[in-house]
Order: sequence, then C-alpha cells, then structure tokens
Amino acid sequence: MGSGYSPTVWEAIKRWFDPAELGSVGETPDYRFSLANERTFLAWLRTGLALVGGGLAAAQFLPPLPMSHLREVIAVALLLLGAAVAVRAVDHWARTERAIRLGQELPASRFPAILALAVGVGALLLVAAVLMRAVGGR
Amino acid sequence: MSAGRDPGLQPERTRLAWRRTLLTVTVVTVLAVRLASTGDPTGALIAGGTVLVWGALLVLCWPRGTGTGPARTGGRTLPLVTVGTVVLASLGVLLVLRGLW
Repeated sequence: MGSGYSPTVWEAIKRWFDPAELGSVGETPDYRFSLANERTFLAWLRTGLALVGGGLAAAQFLPPLPMSHLREVIAVALLLLGAAVAVRAVDHWARTERAIRLGQELPASRFPAILALAVGVGALLLVAAVLMRAVGGR
Repeated sequence: MSAGRDPGLQPERTRLAWRRTLLTVTVVTVLAVRLASTGDPTGALIAGGTVLVWGALLVLCWPRGTGTGPARTGGRTLPLVTVGTVVLASLGVLLVLRGLW
C-alpha cells in the first residue's frame, strides 16, 4: 500500500496489538502528534460506526423495496463497509505512528477517495431508485 | 508551532473524541438491540452478545475519556475497540441475514 516499509498482513495485525514493539521504533515524538493521530483514528472509527449504524437502521426502518432483498443488500453492504473502515483506521493509525517516530513521510492513502466514490455512487443509485419508484408508481 | 503554547487542549480534545466514540457505540448498540428484539431466542442471543460488546467497549473507552492532566496515547485500546466495532458489524450482518430465513 504505502511506500517503503510494507509488512505482511499477519505481521501488521500482530503489530497493532504490540505497543512495546511500536515504542521501540525511532524516537518518542511530541505527545501532541500522537494525540492528533489518535483523534484521527477515533474520527475514522466513528465513521465506521456510523456506517454500521446506517446498516442497522436501513434493515429496520426502510420500507420493503421493489427489488427483492434490496433492503438487506443495502444493510449488509453498509455493515461490511463500516467494518472495513474500522480496520483500515487502526492500520493507518499504526503506520502513521511508526512514520512519526521514524521521522518519515506520513503514509499516503487512496482509501478516503475510494470511500467517497463508493458513498457517492451508492447515493446516486438510491436517487435513481427513488425517482424510478416515483415515476413508475403513478 | 511554539512549544508550551498548548498545554491542556490536546489531551482534552482527545478525551472528548473518546467520549463521542463511546456515544456512537451506544447508539449502534441501541439500533442493534431494537433490530434483534423480535421475541425469538436467536434474536435474544444476538442482542445479549451486542450488549456484552457494548460493555467491553465501555470498559475500554471510559478511562480514556475521563481524568485530567496528560492523556495516555496509543496502546492496545485502539486495536481492541476496532475489534469491538468489527464484532458489532458482524452481529449486525447475522441480524439482517436472520430476517431472510
């Protein structure tokens, strides 16, 4: 994903849970940088939780839709997207913390752009569905 | 950026961010329990699991949102709350799929 350092998936997951290993890398930065990185993680986590909440809300508050199981498809898609955002959040936090400690460039990420595109396309599809229903229902 | 000009705000903002996160977790839990409450044993089981995850996240997030002075940073709490979020999402998927049977 990023440039330079790229551990395997399993190594990355093990490192998320190993603060001692992270603390042994580079130099301890100004605590304000670590706090800002942590708040960014929390903001992404809340984004993920909002998607999970949106999926749960879609499953119970959407009226039955014209296409069979469309409601369930929307709900599951939002739930999986929320879980993916949460996992990406902790991975990005760990890689950013490592970069700060080593004085390297912060990891670049295409994820925000991809997520924005996915949400935008999803919203446009729903607008099309609502319009088709409004026109076809007459 | 001059050192010493921002002694208190960063820890405070970070604590508030933890509290907002816990609040969001609570809203998600309420939505999941509402979706699960259809009176059948499977729903009750998933609702119970959701409340357990909420309790675990409460125990994890609460200490990070309270207190004064310098805030702790990083640690295992971050990956653990991520695991909690993924478990909540998985229980949500189970709840949605349960409605199809």
